[in-house]
Amino acid sequence: MSDSSRGKAPSRRQFLSGAAAVGVGAVGAGAARAASPDPLITQEQEWAQTTGEGVDATPYGLPIEFEKDVVRRNVEWLTADTISSINFTPIHALDGTITPQGCAFERHHSGAIELSKADYRLMINGLVDTPLVFTYEDLERFPRENRVYFCECAANTGMEWAGSQLNGAQFTHGMIHNMEYSGVPLRTLLEEAGLKPEGKWVYVEGADASSNGRSIPMEKALDDVLVAFKANGEALRKEHGYPVRLVVPGWEGNMWIKWLRRVEVTDMAIESREETSKYTDTLEDGTSRKWTWVMDAKSVVTSPSPQSPITHGPGPLVITGLAWSGRGAITGVDVSVDGGKNWMPARLAAPGTDKALTRFYLDHNWDGSEMLLQARAKDSTGYVQPSKDQLRDVRGENSIYHNNCIQTWWVKESGEAENVEVS
Amino acid sequence: MSKYRKLFAALALGLCLAAPAYAGTFGLGRPALPEEIAAWDVDVAPDGTGLPEGSGDVFTGEEVFAEYCAICHGDFAEGVDNWPKLAGGDGTLADKDPLKTVGSYWPYLSTVWDYVNRSMPFGNAQSLEPDDVYAIVAYILYSNDIVDDEFTLSHENFLDVDMPNAEGFIVDDRETAEAHFWTDEPCMSDCKETVEITMRAAVLDVTPEETGTDAEGGSPAVQEAAVETEEAVEETVALDPEMIESGKKVFKKCKSCHQVGEGAKHRTGPALNGIVGADAGAVEGFKYSKALKAAAEEGLVWTDEEMAAFLAKPTAYLKGTQMSFAGLKKQDDIDAVIVYLKSFGS
Repeated sequence: MSDSSRGKAPSRRQFLSGAAAVGVGAVGAGAARAASPDPLITQEQEWAQTTGEGVDATPYGLPIEFEKDVVRRNVEWLTADTISSINFTPIHALDGTITPQGCAFERHHSGAIELSKADYRLMINGLVDTPLVFTYEDLERFPRENRVYFCECAANTGMEWAGSQLNGAQFTHGMIHNMEYSGVPLRTLLEEAGLKPEGKWVYVEGADASSNGRSIPMEKALDDVLVAFKANGEALRKEHGYPVRLVVPGWEGNMWIKWLRRVEVTDMAIESREETSKYTDTLEDGTSRKWTWVMDAKSVVTSPSPQSPITHGPGPLVITGLAWSGRGAITGVDVSVDGGKNWMPARLAAPGTDKALTRFYLDHNWDGSEMLLQARAKDSTGYVQPSKDQLRDVRGENSIYHNNCIQTWWVKESGEAENVEVS
Repeated sequence: MSKYRKLFAALALGLCLAAPAYAGTFGLGRPALPEEIAAWDVDVAPDGTGLPEGSGDVFTGEEVFAEYCAICHGDFAEGVDNWPKLAGGDGTLADKDPLKTVGSYWPYLSTVWDYVNRSMPFGNAQSLEPDDVYAIVAYILYSNDIVDDEFTLSHENFLDVDMPNAEGFIVDDRETAEAHFWTDEPCMSDCKETVEITMRAAVLDVTPEETGTDAEGGSPAVQEAAVETEEAVEETVALDPEMIESGKKVFKKCKSCHQVGEGAKHRTGPALNGIVGADAGAVEGFKYSKALKAAAEEGLVWTDEEMAAFLAKPTAYLKGTQMSFAGLKKQDDIDAVIVYLKSFGS
């Protein structure tokens, strides 16, 4: 008999009902002796006797059924409709730094459209010597780069400004993904058309009904912006802009135009809907910051966390999470288990790289008492991730966007965790 | 020649670099034609660059708005459900819950024109004529008490309109206003005396529940779905699969307001399972317009013919309908979408 719950992360509900059963025998962990032989070992199992699936059973592989709860999730009450809405990456259940495309968050303004490579056109116009039209095939003939970058929605953690609200790292910090992109530098395409010296901005827009137009200063456009057509080695997914999207490293996700169809060189910002009425940050006195493009340094403990409670009792515990900065590389992450009184340097799984996610670990010996877990990121510019109060002192509670505060998880003696704020 | 020399030098020096080392242009792509640029380059800048000639008055705007916009934004631009409010909120930006509308927040009128023209109405973008856009924008201004009811907006007086919050924005000043976040060496021990929990997410309880994770709850639902599919197959045996497939494509135009299929819910419009052949105005739990209720009382049934006539031009077929959709122009599309709808029961 196979056990269909094997390998499945516990849901919060299951966890609560099964709390008494977990952790039994874990005290004095490691050397604990089994009371009776484990039938999974002593009895022949079905999978060890019969055969499994042949090749081609799934021409494009999907995660095994035991992982079916590791999926994007939506918070229905946030938006009027799923067509102009957002969902969240299950960061609480992932490890490493690369986000699989199939569970990377989606944000659409008029739905994920289906645009084939054959129907794809990219226009460069405005203040250029020769306005040009490229086909998809044309783009694949330019020299290409491979780069890993995070893409974070400016509204990530935006529901938490006024206090703890959503109970899970997926919901508080899941508007982020991190992929390896293959594409052509935007600079190459602009130079192909011939930039006129009056061109100070590019206005970029998508082929979908929303267009989601955004203005990007020329300095950035010529620096590290990519016109990408592959992510993690394969074609972009429809929901991420197939066949071509813009990659704007370190800057808010709204600028990463999906289904990119036009790049216009202009002498001023267009001040579109997405850069005036939205993606501007209102301060306490009612004035608003605009052009807040860069994403500040930020980190979060992904496990343990409300959706990823401790199920094994005291003893060795892997505390892990993600850190990133739009201004450069992560140089260090500190972790606190006492709500920020004392901090311990975490171990970075690999040295931080420019504008990409960094995985950190704190290999902890948990004594079974409650913890107020926090992580604090530092980046290569010397920026240190602020507390929520530090942020609110400058910005008030109505910014919506760019909330990069230190997050607190209250891990209880039972191992269950909750999103809280601390003094 | 110099290009080749440069290329050679770059190759010689740069073989180990990650970045492509080609200098000069590639001769790829083709010149964009003026008609193509005109078709796609429709954005409007704050100084009015890009505005086409035209005009529209508040009175006309009210009618156009009622037809195309009110279903989501309300008759008075006050917003329906979670859809954006476009009017009101004057003086609320420093409040605990600011109301950000065109009147209270948007700094440039060009943004309103550009967005309505490029992306609205939701689900039927780029279907409005310039004069309609001018009229809608005039009406939104009127709804915000920025102009009076005699006002006509045109490309000539466009820049004369004063937006109340035009001066309400500053350019990103984080590097100065938040310079104290660049502390480099943060506190590591005894950083504060006490730590108290001041707020808990569980108290609010607004987090979505875990879904479909336990096998017991999952299986019966899967079985039910399988049964439904079998029934559906029997019923739809006479429908042309190609028609269903093309109808599915046409239905994309409807999807911003309607759902159909397993788990379909009411959105702006009702869920459409089994709609073809059904009595009009009879989908449970949906709030119909007065016009549709009246037609239903008179015995309207959504036969193929009635549905086809409705879909061709909803507002002409049923004056007062909430369905602010321009209509399907091609008979083939109408036929296909009806077959597609029938594939979900009839």
